[in-house]
Amino acid sequence: MTDQAYNFAYLDEQTKRMIRRAILKGLAVPGYQVPFASREMPMPYGWGTGGVQVTAACLTPEDVLKVIDQGADDTTNAVSIRKFFQRTAGVRVTESTGEASVIQTRHRIPEAPLREGQILVYQVPIPEPLRFLEPREAETRKMHELEEYGLMHVKLYEDIARHGEIATSYAYPVKVEGRYVMDPSPIPKFDNPKLGDCPAIQLFGAGREQRIYAVPPYTQVVSLDFDDHPFVASKAPHDCDLCGADESYLDEVIIDDAGGRMFVCSDTDFCAGRQAAGHRGRLSPAEVV
Amino acid sequence: MGVVEADMRAALDQPLLSVTGLTKRYGARIGCSDVSFDLFPGEVMGIVGESGSGKSTLLSCLAGHLVPDEGQVTYSGRDVLAMAETERRRLSRTEWAYVHQNPRDGLRMGVSAGGNVGERLMAVGARHYGEIRGAAADWLGRVEIAADRIDDRPSAFSGGMQQRLQIARNLVTGPRLVFMDEPTGGLDVSVQARLLDLLRGLVRDMGLSVIIVTHDLAVVRLLADRLMVMKGGRVVEQGLTDQVLDDPQDAYTQLLVSSVLQV
Amino acid sequence: MYVAVKGGERAIDNAHAWLAEERRGDPGVAELGVAQIREQLALAVNRVMAEGSLFDPDLAALAIKQARGDLIEAVFLIRAYRTTLPRLGASNPVDTGAMAVDRRVSATFKDLPGGQILGPTFDYTHRLLDFKLAAEAAVPEAATAPALAGPVPHVTGFLNRDGLIEGAERSDATPPDLTREPMELPADRALRLQAITRGDEGFVLSMAYSTQRGYGRTHAFVGELRIGRVAVEMDIPELGFAIEIGEVELTECETVNQFKGSKTEPPQFTRGYGLVFGQSERKAIAMSLVDRALRWKELGEDDTGAPAQDEEFVLMHCDNIQATGFLEHIKLPHYVDFQSELELVRRLRAEAMAVQEAAE
Repeated sequence: MTDQAYNFAYLDEQTKRMIRRAILKGLAVPGYQVPFASREMPMPYGWGTGGVQVTAACLTPEDVLKVIDQGADDTTNAVSIRKFFQRTAGVRVTESTGEASVIQTRHRIPEAPLREGQILVYQVPIPEPLRFLEPREAETRKMHELEEYGLMHVKLYEDIARHGEIATSYAYPVKVEGRYVMDPSPIPKFDNPKLGDCPAIQLFGAGREQRIYAVPPYTQVVSLDFDDHPFVASKAPHDCDLCGADESYLDEVIIDDAGGRMFVCSDTDFCAGRQAAGHRGRLSPAEVV
Repeated sequence: MGVVEADMRAALDQPLLSVTGLTKRYGARIGCSDVSFDLFPGEVMGIVGESGSGKSTLLSCLAGHLVPDEGQVTYSGRDVLAMAETERRRLSRTEWAYVHQNPRDGLRMGVSAGGNVGERLMAVGARHYGEIRGAAADWLGRVEIAADRIDDRPSAFSGGMQQRLQIARNLVTGPRLVFMDEPTGGLDVSVQARLLDLLRGLVRDMGLSVIIVTHDLAVVRLLADRLMVMKGGRVVEQGLTDQVLDDPQDAYTQLLVSSVLQV
Repeated sequence: MYVAVKGGERAIDNAHAWLAEERRGDPGVAELGVAQIREQLALAVNRVMAEGSLFDPDLAALAIKQARGDLIEAVFLIRAYRTTLPRLGASNPVDTGAMAVDRRVSATFKDLPGGQILGPTFDYTHRLLDFKLAAEAAVPEAATAPALAGPVPHVTGFLNRDGLIEGAERSDATPPDLTREPMELPADRALRLQAITRGDEGFVLSMAYSTQRGYGRTHAFVGELRIGRVAVEMDIPELGFAIEIGEVELTECETVNQFKGSKTEPPQFTRGYGLVFGQSERKAIAMSLVDRALRWKELGEDDTGAPAQDEEFVLMHCDNIQATGFLEHIKLPHYVDFQSELELVRRLRAEAMAVQEAAE
C-alpha cells in the first residue's frame, strides 16, 4: 500500500531524471565522482540519503528490494529504509539476495554471488578516497583529474613502515579500470575482491557530499598495494558458530561477562540459508526432532 | 663518433630552458619585466638581487607556480606556458624539482623521512615497497642523514637536516632541472657551508641544470657558472659568475659586490 | 543460545510510540496549538523558515511542535517536506526598497529620509525575567503611527550616489540554485549568499564574530537593517505581465565596510549583504559580515588564513542539516568496520608482542 501523498519512490520525476543522468555518467566513467544535486530526504544526512536517492531513481514497480546494514536485513536502519520504500513505492521486499533485483547496502557486499540484472546500491559517507590526505575538495578533484595518486601510496608506505603491513581494514581504496582511485564505501577489505569483475551494476550514492559514482558490470577493480606487500582480504580466523561457514565475513559477539564470545556471519540471509540447508556450527541449537 | 654521441653533443648545444621577454605584473606594480636568458644542460645559473628585485617572482613563473603576463618559456623544445596543466605537473614531479627556502613548504611534515623521499617515486609508478625504501635509504645516505632516521618525521629534524631531506626528496627521481629558492636561507653559517658543499657535489655528480635564487653572493660564487643580477624587476647585468663578481659593470652590481666585501 | 539482534522493526515501532507520548508530555496540561506556536514563538518559527528555506509559518510551527522544540529537527522536517514540492516556477526578484518596514535602523547616520524605526525589538529591553508572563497577564495595546507612504530608500543608495561605496551592479543573469544543482567551488557570490542564508544561525554567528575579533577583520558598520514585508511577484506567461502572488517577511542587512583602495581605485567603502526570511536580525547581520569576509579575493585583500575567509570551509560546514546528520550517524551500527579494526589491532599487537618476547 503506497502513500498517495508522495510520488512513486518519494522523489518527483524531474529529480529522478537528474539522478539517473548522474548514474549514467558514472557508469560511463567508472570510478569518477559525479556531482549531483542531492535532495533533502526524510532521513538524516549520513544515514543513507545518497543510497536512498539512487535506489529511488532505479526502482520500478516490478522491482524486488533488499536492504541491509552491516550485512543484516534486520538492523534498525535497514528496517527503516526498507519501510520507507514499502510505503512510498509499494515494491516487494525480500531478505533473499538471490530474489532481489535492487539491493541497498551499508558497509557490506552480500556473500552470495550477484548476477547480471541486479543493482547493488552502496551508501557512502565520504566518497573522496583522498579526503583524509587532502581536505580541500578543489584540490582533490584536481588530483583525480591529473591522476596524481602518489600521495595515496605514501599513506600505504607509512602504514608498512610503522606497522609492518597496510593498516587499512575497511574503506580500502581501489583503482577502477586503471584510472580513478575510488573509495568502495566503508566495506571491510574482505569484501574488496567482490567489487571487480562483478556481473551486477554497482552504484554508490553520497547524499551529503552530493556525489554519485559507479562500477559497471565486469569492471576491473584493483585494491591498492605494493608488489612485495600484496593486498590480503582478511577476516576473523574462525568459522561461523551458527552455520559453520568458513568463507564468510564474521561479526564478533560478546555473550557473557566472562569475556566469552562467538562469531557469526554478518550476512544474515547467507547464514540463515545455510542453517536451513542443514549446516551447523559450534553453538547451533540441538536438532529439533 | 657514434650516432648517439653525436646526438648527445647536439643536445648539449641546445639550451635546456630558454626564456624570452618574460614579464609579470601585480596590478600596476612590476614583478619582473622583459627577462630573457638561456640555460644549457649541466649549467648552474644564479639569480641575485635584494628582496623585491623580482627574483622570486621570476622563479615562480619559470616553475609554473605563477602565470606570466608576457613572454615565452621553452623547456627542451616544449612551450611550457602553452602546456596543459597535466603535462606541466608531470614534468614538475619527474624532470623538474623545486627546493623551497623553508623546508616546511617542500616537505610533508606528517610523513616519515622515507615516505617523503619515496613520494616522487610512487607518484611515477614505483610499487615495490622494498625498492622504494632502499632508494630512500640510499638518498638519505647521500644527503648525510643517518639510516636509522628513515622512519622519523621531519618535525624531529634540525633545520639543516630538514633542508637536506628536502633536497633528497627532490633529487630521488633524477631530475634534469632544479629550481632553488634561497636554499641556505635561515640556516646557521656552519650549517650553510656544509649544505653548500653537499649541493655542489650533487650538482656536479648528477650533471644537474640549476636555477638558484639567492641574495647571498657567497652562495652563487660557490655554485653558479653564470650570474644574473636583478633590480626593480629587471635584469641589470648578466655574465659568467667570476666575471660579474670580479669586474661588475653596472653601478648596482658594483654596490652589491662592494657591500659584501665590506662584511 | 545466542539470538541475533532481531526485532529491529518492533523496536522502532515501540520507540516511535514512546516518542509520541513524550512529545505530548503530561496530558493534564493543555496541548499546544500550532497557531499558538506561530503567534507566540514567532522568532523560532522564523528561524525554522530561514534555515528550512521555506516561507510557511504554519508548517514551520507544526514542525516545531512535532520536533518537541528542537529547532534543527524542525528545520529538517521542513527541508524534507520541501523536497517533495513541485517547482512551478521562480518569482521575480523582490524589491526590498518597496518593503513595508516594521523596523529600520542605521548605525552610520543619525537620521535619514524615511527615518529610523525601532520596531518590535529586544534591543533596549532590560533582560529581567518578567514574572508577570508566568501569570498570563493581558498585554496593553502599543501605540501606533500611520504607515510610511511610498518606498523607503536604502542608506547605501545615498553613499552610492556620491561614489563613496562600491557599486552593486544590476544583473539579469540567472543565479545558480543551490537546491537544484550541486555546490560547485569556487562559488560565486549569489551561491555563497544562498548557502549562508539557510546556514545554521549559530555557525554563521560564530564565523561573523570571529571576523570582529580579528580573524579576517572587515571593519563593518550596519549601514542599514530593515525588517518588513515585501510583495512576491511572478511572471505569468499566459498574462504577459507579473502578478502579486503573496508577501513574505524579510530581514535585510547591508553593512558598510572599510576599504583602503588601491593604486588603480580610490578609497571606497565596500558592502556586505544579508537577507533572511522573517524577523531574523542576528542572522542577517552575521550573514552580511561573513559575506563581506568571503569577498577578500575579488577586492584584492590578503588571505590571512582566517576561517571566515575560507569559502570551502564556510560553505561546506554551514548547513546544520548536513552537519547534524553526519554527526549523529556515528551512533548507527558500525560493527562490521569495527570488527575489521579489531582484528587488525589484535594482529598488530600479537606481532609486536612476539617481537618483544624474542628480544627478551
